[in-house]
Amino acid sequence: MDYSPHPTTAPSPPPATGSVSGKAVRPGDRIFLGLSRGSGIALLVIMAAIAAFLTYRSVLAISGDKSNFFTTLDWNAVGTEPKFGIAVLAFGTLVSSVVAMLIAVPVAVGIALFISHYAPRRLASPLGYVIDLLAAVPSIVYGLWGALFLVPHLSGLYGWLNDFLGWTGIFSYSNGAARSLFTVGILLAIMILPIVTSVSREVFLQVPRMHEEAALALGATRWEVIRMSVLPFGRSGVISASMLGLGRALGETMAVATVLSPSFLINASLLDPGGGTFAQNIASKFSEADTFGQDALIASGLVLFVITLLVNGAARLIIARRKEYSGASA
Amino acid sequence: MTVATSHRHRKVAESRTPLALKQSRLPRWTLPVLALVAVAAGCGTGLAAGLDSAVQWGLIAALLFVVGTFLLTAAVEGGRQAKDRLATTVVWTAFLLAVVPLASLLWETVDRGRKVLNGYFLSHSMGTLPDALPGGGVYHAIIGTLEQVGLATLIAAPLGLLTAIYLVEYGRGTLAKVVTFFVDVMTGIPSIVAGLFVLSVWILILGFGPSGFAGSMALAILMMPVVVRSTEEMLKLVPNELREASLALGIPKWRTVLKVVLPTSIGGITTGVMLAIARITGETAPVLLLVWGAKTINNNPFDGAQQSLPLYVFQQWQQGSDASYDRAWAAALVLIAFVMVLNLVARGIARWKAPKTGR
Repeated sequence: MDYSPHPTTAPSPPPATGSVSGKAVRPGDRIFLGLSRGSGIALLVIMAAIAAFLTYRSVLAISGDKSNFFTTLDWNAVGTEPKFGIAVLAFGTLVSSVVAMLIAVPVAVGIALFISHYAPRRLASPLGYVIDLLAAVPSIVYGLWGALFLVPHLSGLYGWLNDFLGWTGIFSYSNGAARSLFTVGILLAIMILPIVTSVSREVFLQVPRMHEEAALALGATRWEVIRMSVLPFGRSGVISASMLGLGRALGETMAVATVLSPSFLINASLLDPGGGTFAQNIASKFSEADTFGQDALIASGLVLFVITLLVNGAARLIIARRKEYSGASA
Repeated sequence: MTVATSHRHRKVAESRTPLALKQSRLPRWTLPVLALVAVAAGCGTGLAAGLDSAVQWGLIAALLFVVGTFLLTAAVEGGRQAKDRLATTVVWTAFLLAVVPLASLLWETVDRGRKVLNGYFLSHSMGTLPDALPGGGVYHAIIGTLEQVGLATLIAAPLGLLTAIYLVEYGRGTLAKVVTFFVDVMTGIPSIVAGLFVLSVWILILGFGPSGFAGSMALAILMMPVVVRSTEEMLKLVPNELREASLALGIPKWRTVLKVVLPTSIGGITTGVMLAIARITGETAPVLLLVWGAKTINNNPFDGAQQSLPLYVFQQWQQGSDASYDRAWAAALVLIAFVMVLNLVARGIARWKAPKTGR
């Protein structure tokens, strides 16, 4: 946020005063500093505790696993011979998120461009507002809508895909309920659409006016303005918006748990029911798990945690680099 | 860029009458007429080929319109204009494509939810009612949600506020940088992982049972980074002159923060906290792991399983009977209404308080 119009309101930290008052630090100040620094430290402690305790319980679970935790195609964490692995979950999480990104990112960029450059001026800001509101719709509502409205309406489309693309194997479909990984991908795409759109829109609105006017003055059409000045400026912003969306899609629980009909098989067809995701598996298996079963679920949660950390970290890095870039060129 | 453009210009000029100053353009009525033709053709093909789904008719019509516009513009106005038209059509299509599911989501929830939504539904719990029978209500879930979210706010709001104050008013050096980084990291924690963390410490290691409070702790973890981020932005907007004026009068720093900085930015901070509350109200996963859900009213969030609105929606959906579907939709409507009202009020406060920073 380095674009404040008044230099006086610039976000630089206020001048140091502790040093001015010298030795006589007032007790009120000391208490207040202690409190605020303490809560900052508390936040760090919570993060460390999350990592530590999840790892601790995961070690308990993985050492009790009688099969390979990463390659086993089964989830059976009860009894004397527990065998469970995350292969299916990793596959399902990856596939549904990739489908979601492939659908959501182009559409979201389109909507963001629509709001920032195509929509009538009077429509643009209410639209941005509505998109922000939609980002707040709880995921369980998306799940309910997905299971009771989207799923019945997709079987027609899937039959059609099967007729034309069934030969690929990926799009073969044997008329069941459309509670498959592909449906999950579509639903996740709809869910992350608002957040990706609203971040992309903000970036597109920050494109320097001069860049656009220069392109227009050269006789460029509106599309050429967008292609030559808006998209290059917004590229890294769109990438980081997509990765934030990806982070949400990876960790989404309830929408997947309601829509997917899970199984512990890796299915070549994306349209047929089956598969699972990390978060969905935790929610579905939790009620029947004993203490060891819960540890096993915690182990899979730790993997999810690490993956989302990596994705979000990458997004932050890209944002940070872009900040430097725009600061240098401004 | 300029070279390419002028080159294209020359090509366009050569291919036409050499001295034309104005490009030929399509008359204004062309596009609406083309749209009508495309829709008619789409419906016609759909009927003739016996496609049963209206979605496929729409897709055919849209495709015909896009291709028709492109070819017609390319023929009359030239390639660059045609590409521009194509981009416009694609952007509009993307927008309409996105509006359909989102509008359908809201419409379905309102339409199916109002069936059983009435005073009785809001003021009664499920009690001993079998799930397949109609009747029952969400009173216990509303109580649970309010208590869990309230407790989570009591934990997360002060911690988040103080952390933000530390980062903006005091923070320099390594500690502040590390805290900033981990606030970002914390924003990305999936809600189910927060739930698993509290599960591992509170229930598996410390041996407590499920309770509303356990859920609140997980919700607080999700809420804290959001509060820190939004409060930080608001505090940064407070002009430094205000701080300097106060300090110059010999007022201690802590009083400056409490009496000058916070009151100036209180509108924005309230907005941020309310948006964070709206976000955690809809969280289901941690509640599922830690609060478990109940059918009867439990007013004590510190002891025993409780219900919450999102979990109620999930459990009623799981029952799978018509009556429970009706209840699930109605509860979803209550939940959406609650979240939307919070959002609207929060943004209202932001707008109402916004100009005061310039004092």
